[in-house]
Amino acid sequence: MADRQYELVYILPPDTTEQQVGELHGQVEAVVTRMNGQIATTENWGRKRLAYEIGHNKEGFYVLQVINGSGELMKELDRRLKVMDLVIRHMVVRVDEEKKVVERTSTKRRTESERRRVKRGLPPQRQPGEGRPAGEPDEAEDDRFDGVEV
Amino acid sequence: MAFGQGRSGGGGGGGGRGGSRDKKPGDKEKGQRRTLFRRRKVCKFCADKIDDINYKDVKLIGPFVPERGKILPRRISGTCAMHQRKLQTAIKRARQIALIPYVTD
Repeated sequence: MADRQYELVYILPPDTTEQQVGELHGQVEAVVTRMNGQIATTENWGRKRLAYEIGHNKEGFYVLQVINGSGELMKELDRRLKVMDLVIRHMVVRVDEEKKVVERTSTKRRTESERRRVKRGLPPQRQPGEGRPAGEPDEAEDDRFDGVEV
Repeated sequence: MAFGQGRSGGGGGGGGRGGSRDKKPGDKEKGQRRTLFRRRKVCKFCADKIDDINYKDVKLIGPFVPERGKILPRRISGTCAMHQRKLQTAIKRARQIALIPYVTD
């Protein structure tokens, strides 16, 4: 079966040392490689303010990893992260199918617009200086949520 | 705009003449308000051609989560059904990892 792609986000307390982060990263990697997966990318978002307190922490150290692997792998990883005291919050999201859908819609839109432009006798790509100038603020944008009462 | 102005002026001047009409002042006000405030709402994601509503993109999602922390309803934001559904999952995921609050008071 083809590998699935998952995104794993975990939050560590703000006072964790570089060494601890490295250790945890090693543990995650060990699990992933043991179960025939691979880590595609790792992103450190750094310290961020949390929108709400998690266990008396007001800030957190975010790490995002994109992992290719099976469902069993993520189940195991999820279980292990739940047990770890160092990780104050984590989340696993499957992304491959959503990505596919996004790609399909964007290519569809592009080909569709090219087809229409060719039909009108224009070159398939938009020429510079054509249409409304980009980056101009939309007038409707600012007062969109006028009179919002929730 | 010119239409609305003319109307309000006429209403003021015709106060003495159309005495019978003044029975329902609420009605008139409502009609006026509608012409003043209703504007066509367009789905932001359709207009800007945003395919991917990602939970990590707080800047994109932020305006749809007002002060209180609730999800802005479709009838106010004008988001289309498909994008509102995607927005909903994105907001719920962002809440899980504390990028967006569940509640604020």
